[in-house]
Amino acid sequence: MAAVATCGSVAASTGSAVATASKSNVTSFQRRGPRASVTNDSGPRLVSIAGTRPSVRNGQLLVSTGLPALDQLLGGGLAVGTVLLIEEDKYNIYSPLLFKYFLAEGIVNGHTLLVASAKEDPANILQIGPVSSSRFGHYYDASKRMPQELIEASNWHGFFLPEKISSTLKVEPCSLTPGYTKLLQFIQNIIYEEGFDGSNPQKKQRNILRIGIQNLGSPLWGDDICCAENGGNSHSLTKFLYVLRGLLRTSLSACIITMPTHLIQNKAIIARVTTLSDVVVGLESFIGSERETNPLYKDYHGLIHIRQIPRLNNLICDESDVKDLAFKLKRKLFTIERLHLPPDLSDTVSRSSKMDLAESAKRLGPGCGMMAGGKKHLDF
Amino acid sequence: MFVELNNLLNTTPDRAEQGKLTLLCDAKTDGSFLVHHFLSFYLKANCKVCFVALIQSFSHYSIVGQKLGVSLTMARERGQLVFLEGLKSAVDVVFQAQKEPHPLQFLREANAGNLKPLFEFVREALKPVDSGEARWTYPVLLVDDLSVLLSLGMGAVAVLDFIHYCRATVCWELKASILYLMQGNMVVLVHDSGDAEDEENDILLNGLSHQSHLILRAEGLATGFCRDVHGQLRILWRRPSQPAVHRDQSFTYQYKIQDKSVSFFAKGMSPAVL
Repeated sequence: MAAVATCGSVAASTGSAVATASKSNVTSFQRRGPRASVTNDSGPRLVSIAGTRPSVRNGQLLVSTGLPALDQLLGGGLAVGTVLLIEEDKYNIYSPLLFKYFLAEGIVNGHTLLVASAKEDPANILQIGPVSSSRFGHYYDASKRMPQELIEASNWHGFFLPEKISSTLKVEPCSLTPGYTKLLQFIQNIIYEEGFDGSNPQKKQRNILRIGIQNLGSPLWGDDICCAENGGNSHSLTKFLYVLRGLLRTSLSACIITMPTHLIQNKAIIARVTTLSDVVVGLESFIGSERETNPLYKDYHGLIHIRQIPRLNNLICDESDVKDLAFKLKRKLFTIERLHLPPDLSDTVSRSSKMDLAESAKRLGPGCGMMAGGKKHLDF
Repeated sequence: MFVELNNLLNTTPDRAEQGKLTLLCDAKTDGSFLVHHFLSFYLKANCKVCFVALIQSFSHYSIVGQKLGVSLTMARERGQLVFLEGLKSAVDVVFQAQKEPHPLQFLREANAGNLKPLFEFVREALKPVDSGEARWTYPVLLVDDLSVLLSLGMGAVAVLDFIHYCRATVCWELKASILYLMQGNMVVLVHDSGDAEDEENDILLNGLSHQSHLILRAEGLATGFCRDVHGQLRILWRRPSQPAVHRDQSFTYQYKIQDKSVSFFAKGMSPAVL
């Protein structure tokens, strides 16, 4: 096939060994020979980068999100060059955990990190400790601290908005809010100078850049979409996401963004942001809602909705059948499970308790989201 | 291209209609398989295609195109395909000052009024080359997708103007010395935001629905997610130039997307159910 021939010539010219042979888990389905990945001009063969593995479906390069349960729901991991958008839960308790898991996975695998936040100093975000070790996907404990030597050994860049907003970083005129413009320029500088996009001939980078942006869209970034319905900057966030995705697609990087979508006043912007991101995961915690005392949810801390999974290089995507997912933070480990009604083991089953559970099950909501939604009242 | 969809639309690459605007619309599902279909269809029909791909990279379309039997790299090399990769061009425009007007110039400006540079790009790409024999049958403009232009700060009216100018150029154009009617086709994809109350998107969608000759609408099933039936496709033929003398024809099919093709069947007749 023409694809294999052209890819074969690329591999031959750069001389990098196809490392599939050296991996112990080569199955008969894994084709030997390089496959095109998401990035357009990927020069050296990418299989041998630590912490990555090719997707089973189409050979795309995947990185772990730091949470093996989430990796499985996304079809093996997060594809390199894509954006993972986390819709924050109401009180922002669980989304920072996912954010930290993603970054910790990068530290443990030796990836370069870029952490951007408008709220807290990036150095404080990186404090999370690994519990187990495997080649792909670890378990992390939020109460432990990362060994100091690992952090010092890793290459990370921090972008703390209050510090950088007044800096004299040279920026091209752009119609985004100043915070976004500076952040984009910062990301682009790192990608270019460290050679993640392959354009710098001196630095041929064989590593992944993990970008983490916290609370994007919140007023701390200078954006007013959470304050006003039709503010003056209503296109700033979507433009930012578009250009960011352009940067990611042409470099060896993956990005996680947490966004307080429950605060965005204009619902149309949420729909546009979802279209402009690749993977969208929504967290809904039970704290403060009437579901906290609901017996159906007593084992869990919240619901997790996989709103969108991208179709990359393919007509179909790997969506799971299970749409009702709940998460819990059990002994500091974040697990995602299928939500099911607890077994009714009591001797005398009262009619009212059964009705309660059935009522709550009906309000689980349309779990399908972007995949193939329907009229809400018909979902069951 | 999907052979079953060709049968449903009653076309083949050899005898496709010209001078038509086709609107692809998706509501609560992903309608990008239709874009891949039309891209491979028109490349096989030996047309000159200008593809404004705003949402995905070139390699994505190229890999899927290979599954459908066309090679986008070869088409680009021999001049049949002019590809504007929105994501990559956006990075160029935003981070480097451009000397000449760039098709995505509006990303740099705060209040860009119109999409004129983008239209100039399309016109330049589909201009008939004065080489004597006609290499390509007719020009085709393909846009994936128009709703992104709304997200990037353009108003619905500006996008509708852009489509209007493109239609005037692509569907009818007069060459300088010879009166040469170049009847081309246009295919555009717009998302239907449904209950998200996106007014600009609704304006755009309604405006285009009234102008188009063929509307393909991919919807999710009313009952939600199903493993074997991925959605429903509504096909609507229209005649925008004539008043509605006859009723517009409309068909509905359900579909399932597979690795290299899409299978269509009548509602409720999915092979998994029967």
